[in-house]
Amino acid sequence: MAEALKLFLPLDSVAVSLGANEVAGALLAEAAQRNVDIQLTRTGSRGMHWLEPLLEVERDGERLGFGPLEESDVGGLLDSLLDSKAKHAKSIGLAEEVPFFKNQTRLIFARCGVTDPLCLDDYAAHGGLAGLDAAIKKQGADICEEILASGLRGRGGAGFPAGIKWKTVAQAESDQKYIVCNADEGDSGTFADRMIMEGDPYLLIEGMAIAGLAVGATKGYIYLRSEYPIAANILNDAIAKAETAGLLGDNVRGSGKAFHLQVFIGAGAYICGEETSLLESLEGKRGEVRAKPPLPALEGLFGKPTLVHNVITLCSVPVILEKEAEFYRDFGMGKSTGTMPFQIAGNVKHGGLYETAFGVTLGELVETIGGGARTGKPVRAVQIGGPLGAYLPPSLFHLPMDYEAMLAKGAGVGHGGIVIFDESVDLLEQARYAFEFCVEESCGKCTPCRIGSVRGVEVIDRIRGRIDHDDNLVVLDDLCELMVDGSLCAMGGMTPIPVQSALKYFPEDFGLRPAKQAAE
Amino acid sequence: MKIAEIINPYVGETGGLITALQAVQAAQGFLPPETEAVAAEAFNLTKAEVKGVISFYADFHREPQGEIVVRLCAAEACQAAGGRDLAAAVEKKFALKSGETSASGDLTLEPVYCLGLCSAAPAALVGDKLVGRADAQRIEDAVARHAKERA
Ligand SMILES: Cc1cc2nc3c(=O)[nH]c(=O)nc-3n(C[C@H](O)[C@H](O)[C@H](O)COP(=O)(O)O)c2cc1C
Ligand code: SF4
Ligand code: FES
Repeated sequence: MAEALKLFLPLDSVAVSLGANEVAGALLAEAAQRNVDIQLTRTGSRGMHWLEPLLEVERDGERLGFGPLEESDVGGLLDSLLDSKAKHAKSIGLAEEVPFFKNQTRLIFARCGVTDPLCLDDYAAHGGLAGLDAAIKKQGADICEEILASGLRGRGGAGFPAGIKWKTVAQAESDQKYIVCNADEGDSGTFADRMIMEGDPYLLIEGMAIAGLAVGATKGYIYLRSEYPIAANILNDAIAKAETAGLLGDNVRGSGKAFHLQVFIGAGAYICGEETSLLESLEGKRGEVRAKPPLPALEGLFGKPTLVHNVITLCSVPVILEKEAEFYRDFGMGKSTGTMPFQIAGNVKHGGLYETAFGVTLGELVETIGGGARTGKPVRAVQIGGPLGAYLPPSLFHLPMDYEAMLAKGAGVGHGGIVIFDESVDLLEQARYAFEFCVEESCGKCTPCRIGSVRGVEVIDRIRGRIDHDDNLVVLDDLCELMVDGSLCAMGGMTPIPVQSALKYFPEDFGLRPAKQAAE
Repeated sequence: MKIAEIINPYVGETGGLITALQAVQAAQGFLPPETEAVAAEAFNLTKAEVKGVISFYADFHREPQGEIVVRLCAAEACQAAGGRDLAAAVEKKFALKSGETSASGDLTLEPVYCLGLCSAAPAALVGDKLVGRADAQRIEDAVARHAKERA
């Protein structure tokens, strides 16, 4: 009998939302009908989401891609696979040769879409665990130094140097310390955390275990948003397997050190992505933001020193330990070192995840890589960095994705999400939504955020209705200033960013004369 | 199962109150009125504290929801891809406003803020089925399929 046909199909949420499970069902049924032996592996997604569900077929050690597939394509596809001369209409050639994929620098997502997410042997065979094994040979303080030297900055939004936080937690004296992974990923336009948790969960586990060894923490939690049930199942399965394999537990890979890990599911609150709110929630309470200081690094979960990091920050750690700081630092530009998985979303032709070094321009991501708007109309605006991020016009597409360059324009890289809008967008409406979202998600602790956002919606409505237009524009300005100055956290403090960038770059939508095209 | 029996295993767990409330809701479909008192007793909290937690989180419901809950993503990436028009079309199709449950108790329509499917926007969650590149027809089909599976 012929060898089984080796097939790979994502289990990633995007693929599933586009029918991957139905395609999988059809594959099994149609193969049985044809008496063909198949071996179907469910993988993460490669991130080419316009091609999902994307089926890959292994031939001579290479993988041919077919997508986007529908259930009804499956029978014909199997027939054409059995006839070596036939070429299927949905063939995209070798999956790894698609320019969108080929041109990436995948340090974090190297295995995502390639391996079986839950197979530890597969993980190790593709370079997994090398970082942890290198870390085990080092002193905790040296691991912290390595992270500091790599220049790695937090990928959750603020971009704070990770190494400084590691040292703070490492040097704190305590009978108990914690590693907390922030997997609340609430920003619209972002899905990198979800993809890596679904597609390569051991990477996160490895990163957290290294962090535990480095700072002397024996317990870790992954705070996962409830909107990600597929990721929850995969993480729980992966943790169980990692415990059995001695990767987690009382003696992590024979290091003599303990690290235990647990998933905690949130309950639907954007603000719980803010680290102190997250810690309150993890303690089973309302997610009200805490005043800082004390820093979570010194007094975090249950008042103990706690290292809180975003998923992607922690997933960047193994490669730094494996290949050392210098290797990592060579990617990127200036103080933005390493790679970032940019997420191209919204009204876009080639949406998905694109990991590359910092320094790629906004325009390359939107136009060249993303292919512009799916509607075929001109792109008019992009929002980068989630609901608290700036709206920028095409005249700024020359800007590099770099923390400092973005900051200089009042914008931020955030978690690396880029939401594309075509010319039909109304920026006044988007500004109104920014306030609405703040009304919805404010934790309620400070008045400028809780009440200011409600006022913001009203003021925008008056501007739209041309009621005391000029006066209300002044009120809007004052309100934004008040929110920036009087808010305890960035929820209230940064809601003015989308509002004021919309006004600055798209004044015509606010009933003002168009801005001069920024010619820098 | 009695509510106390659902809740008790979570006492002493990290963040146990939230996980316990999730378990009650998973079993009952919503948080029945007695949940507050039972949880307060189990976790040694006041009823007001438990109530404060329940009211803080969008996932918790004090009333039963419809047989099928349709959650349409209302966040920016989905807005950019026609999410507002989609919401209007779905509201019209089911003759319901966002946040409402049909009189028959068949269906609840509610917004959700990002499902992580922003590259396949607009997105929706129909029951437990994710729908990417959603349109009104695909949502109606998913509702019909869901109803059939539960019948
Ligand atoms: C309103 C608000 C929401 C946030 N949401 C998230 C989130 O979903 N995920 C995340 O990693 N960080 C989020 N952050 C940032 C965290 O507070 C914190 O800076 C981060 O978890 C630190 O990890 P990092 O150093 O790896 O970035 C949010 C911050 C604010 C103010
Ligand atoms: S700014 Fe808003 S979300 Fe942040 S602490 Fe104040 S009220 Fe809470
Ligand atoms: S914004 Fe709708 S799925 Fe992310």
